[in-house]
Amino acid sequence: MRPDEVVVSEPFAEAHRLKPGDSFDAILRGRKRNLQVVGAALSPEYVYAIAPGGLMPDDERFGVLWMGRDALAAAFDLKASFNSVTLSLLPDANAKDVIRRLDGLLSPFGGIGAYLRADQTSNWFLESEIAQQKNMSRIMPAIFLAVAAFLTNMVMARLIQTERREIGLLKAFGYGNWAIGWHYAKMVLVIGTIGILMGSVIGAWLGHWNTELYTQFYRFPFLLYRPGPAGFVVAGAISLGAALAGSLAAVRRAVRLPPAEAMQPPSPPIYRRTFAARTVLAGALDEPSRMILRRIIRWPVRAFLASLGLAMSVAVLIMALQWVDAIDSLAESVFERAQHQDATVAFSDLQPIGAIREFEHMPGVLAAEPYRFVSARINHGHLVERQGIIGVPTGAILSPVFDVERGRLEVPPGGLMLSVKLAELLEVKAGDTVAVELLEGRQPRVSLPVLRIFETYIGKPAYMDMAALNRIAGDGRVISGLHIRVDASSRTTLLTRLKDTPHIAAVLFRHAAIDTFYKTMGETILIFIGFFVAFSMTLSVGVTYNSIRIALSERARELATLRVLGFSRWEISYILLGEVGLLTWVAIPLGAVIGFGLAWYMTSAFETELYRVPLVLRDATYGEAALIALAATLACAAIVRRRLDRLDLIAVLKTRE
Amino acid sequence: MEKDASATALQARDLIKIYRMGTVEVHALRGVDVDLRDGELVVLLGPSGSGKSTLLNILGGLDRPTSGSVVFRDRELDMNNARTLNLYRRNHVGFVFQFYNLIPSLTARENVALVTEIARDPMPPSEALAMVGLGDRLDRFPAQLSGGEQQRVAIARAIAKRPDLLLCDEPTGALDSKTGILVLDAILRINRELGTTTALITHNAVIAEIANRVLYFADGRIVETRRNSGQRAPSELAW
Ligand SMILES: Nc1ncnc2c1ncn2[C@@H]1O[C@H](COP(=O)(O)OP(=O)(O)OP(=O)(O)O)[C@@H](O)[C@H]1O
Ligand SMILES: [Mg+2]
Repeated sequence: MRPDEVVVSEPFAEAHRLKPGDSFDAILRGRKRNLQVVGAALSPEYVYAIAPGGLMPDDERFGVLWMGRDALAAAFDLKASFNSVTLSLLPDANAKDVIRRLDGLLSPFGGIGAYLRADQTSNWFLESEIAQQKNMSRIMPAIFLAVAAFLTNMVMARLIQTERREIGLLKAFGYGNWAIGWHYAKMVLVIGTIGILMGSVIGAWLGHWNTELYTQFYRFPFLLYRPGPAGFVVAGAISLGAALAGSLAAVRRAVRLPPAEAMQPPSPPIYRRTFAARTVLAGALDEPSRMILRRIIRWPVRAFLASLGLAMSVAVLIMALQWVDAIDSLAESVFERAQHQDATVAFSDLQPIGAIREFEHMPGVLAAEPYRFVSARINHGHLVERQGIIGVPTGAILSPVFDVERGRLEVPPGGLMLSVKLAELLEVKAGDTVAVELLEGRQPRVSLPVLRIFETYIGKPAYMDMAALNRIAGDGRVISGLHIRVDASSRTTLLTRLKDTPHIAAVLFRHAAIDTFYKTMGETILIFIGFFVAFSMTLSVGVTYNSIRIALSERARELATLRVLGFSRWEISYILLGEVGLLTWVAIPLGAVIGFGLAWYMTSAFETELYRVPLVLRDATYGEAALIALAATLACAAIVRRRLDRLDLIAVLKTRE
Repeated sequence: MEKDASATALQARDLIKIYRMGTVEVHALRGVDVDLRDGELVVLLGPSGSGKSTLLNILGGLDRPTSGSVVFRDRELDMNNARTLNLYRRNHVGFVFQFYNLIPSLTARENVALVTEIARDPMPPSEALAMVGLGDRLDRFPAQLSGGEQQRVAIARAIAKRPDLLLCDEPTGALDSKTGILVLDAILRINRELGTTTALITHNAVIAEIANRVLYFADGRIVETRRNSGQRAPSELAW
C-alpha cells in the first residue's frame, strides 16, 4: 500500500458513495492529508461501529479506515509501536489471569486494560441481539402454535361432525370402532401432512427471508439459514396432534352411538334457561340477540378459546405498537430532557481546563461545559465491571446526571454516582464502598463510596464530580471534551472551524444523534412491527374466519329458516356475525390486559446493558390495537357473510339436517 | 260456507318452472294457474315429484318461477326482487314444513316471539301458542317437546303475525295419525278463526276431506280440481 492509500469500512463507503479511486481529505494528528480509497472492507470488530460517545452506529459520520502500518506510524510519529493487541488463548487458559498479567505488563506503556471478547462492543451487542431473538423465539411461536392448534382442532372436529351419518352407516355395515377411527385418522393424516408440508415450505421460506434481512442489516458476509429438524418436528407434531385430537374426539362421539341413532341427525343441543335468562335484563333482549347469547353460553369453552385467540392478536398488536411509544419516550428522556447541548466535542488527548476559553470564543458558541472521562474498572467483592467514569463539573446544566424520574441530579462530592444497571451488576447499594482502578495515566487504585444511584435508559454509566476525579487521576486539571451550545445560524461556520482545530477526535451533534437514532430504530422497528402486525392479523383472521365458517355450517338451517320467516339478509347476518362480534368485544379488554403483560415481559426480556426500553403504554395504543383488530374481524366477516347471500333456502328446508 | 263470492287473495298465472342441471332440464311446473280465495282452505294432492312443493314455494315467495306471474291482492309480485319477496314473506306469508325448523336455542314462546318482533300487527306469542293448544308449554325448548308439539309451535310461529296466507308443506308427514290430527285441528282452527287463506300439501288423500277445494297434481300440472261439498273435521278422519 502506498502511504496515502486507505481501505474504508463498507458502510461508511456506501454512505458516502466512495469507490476505489476516490479520494477525500482527513485530519491526521492535526495535519490535513488527502487519502485515496483503494477498497472497502468489513471487520467483525466493527459489526457494530459506534463513535466514541455515540449511541448507535452512524454510517455517515463514523467509519473505520485501514492504512499501511508504516504510513500510519509516520503520520502519528510513532515508529515501531502499537496501540492495540488482540490475543487468542489456548483452550484451557485462565482468561482472568491472563488479563491481570497483561494489564501489569502493559500499564507502564499506557495500557488501559484488557477485556474479554464477551465485552467487545460488537460482539457484546450481537450477543445481546441474539439473546433477544432467543427470547422472542420462545414466546411468539408458542402463542401462534397454541392458536393454530385450537383452530385445527375446532375445524377438524366440525369436519368429522358433518360425517356423522356416514359413520353410522359404516357401523351399520359392520365396521368396528377402531376401523372407523383409523379410517378417519388416515384422512386427517393426509390433510395434516399436506398442511405440514405447505407450512414447512412457507416457514422455511420465511426463515430464509428473515435471515437474509439480518445479513443485510448487520452486513454479515454470510449468514446461513440452517434450521434444525426440531422446529419442523415440534410444529408438525403439535398441529397434527391437535387435528387428530379434534377429529378423533368427534369420531368417538359418533361411534359411541348405536348406528341407527348416528344415522339420524344429531339431536339438537340441549339448551337450558339459566338464571340469567330469568332476570329483568333478559326480557329486554330481542330474540336474535338471545340466540347469540344462548349459543355462547351453550359452548362457553369454545367461545372463550376463540375470544382468547382474538385477544392474543390484540395483545401482540399492543406489544408491537407500544414499542413505538417506548422508543419515543426513551428518545425524549435521553435527548430532550437529559441533554441540552447542541454538540459534544471529544478531544483526542486530554486538554488543560483552560482550553474551554478557546472554544467559548468560537463563532456561534453560546456556552461550553467541560467533562472528563476516565476508563476504569470498578470492583465490588468478586464482581468486576469495566466502566469508564464521567467527571461532571459542579452545577452542570448542559449534560448533567439525569434520572429518568427525578430529573437532573447534583453530583455529591467525594464519591460515585452509579446507574441502577451498574449497581445491579456490581450488587452495590448507596452507601457501599467499591474499589476503583483507573486505567489511564498513573492508574491509581482507590476505594470510593457509592453516594447515589440513578436510573437511566442507556448504558450503565458512572459519574463523579470532575474536580474529584481529576484529583484521583492526578493529571492536573484536565478535560476530555466539551459540551457546547451553538447558535443555530452559525453551525456550518463552527463546523468548518472545528474541522481545522487540532486535538479533536470527534464532534457529535445532538440532532444528528437523534436522526441516527430514529433512522436505525426506524428500520429495525418497522420490520419488527410489520412482522408483528402480520402475525397478529393472521391470528385474528384465522380465528374469525374459522369461527364464522363453523357457525355458518352449524347454523345454515337456522338461518335459512329465519329467511323463510321474512328476516332480511342483514338481520340474519347479525345473528351469524354477532357471536364473533361479541367475542371480539370481550377479546379487546382481555387483549389489553394480556398485551400489557406481554409488553412488560418484552421490555424486561429486551433489557440489556446497552439500553432499557421503558414500558410506556398510551391509551391511544390500546385504541389503535383495538381498531386494527376490529378492522381485521370486520373485513373477514364481510367476506364470509357473502356466503349468506347464496344460502339455498329450499335445499336446506327440504332435508332433515 | 260459501267462498266463491269472496275476493281472490292470490292468483298465479301460467307458472313454469324448469330446473337445469347441466344439459338435463327438469320441468317441475308446466304452466299452472291457481286462484286462492280469501279464507279458503285448499289441499294439494299428487304423486311425488309432481311439482307441489315447487308451486307452494313460488306462491310463498321462496322461489322464482322460470316464467309466469303471481298476483297478491291485485299487485303483481316482482319475482326478481329479493327484497320485495322478503317483505312479502315477512308481512303476508306463514310457512309450515314437514320438518319443524324450530330454533333449538329458543323456547317455544321465544320461537314465536322471533316472528312477532318483526311483524306489523302480531298477536302475543302466548295467544298464538294457546291457539294451537300449547298454552302450558311456553317455556320449553324444542328438545323438550314431542314432534307434534314442535310442529304446533311451528304453526303458532307461522300464524302469530296474522298472515294472509298459510302455506303448509306436508305438515303431518313426520307424525303419527293421532298427532297429525292435533296438528290439522290447529291449522283448521286458524283458518276458521282468523280467516287465513291456507294451502296444504299432503300425500294422504283422507286429509283432503278437511279442504274446501282439492287440487290434483300430476307431472307439473293441475289435472283436476274438486270442490268438497262439506268439510270434515280432522277428528272424524282416520288413517
Ligand atoms: N333444486 C332442484 N333441482 C333440480 N330439480 C328439482 C329441484 N327441486 C325439485 N326438482 C324436481 O322438480 C320436480 C318437482 O319437485 P317437487 O319438490 O315440487 O315435487 P313434490 O310434488 O313436492 O314431490 P314430493 O311429494 O315428493 O315432495 C321433481 O321432478 C324434482 O326432481
Ligand atoms: Mg314436496
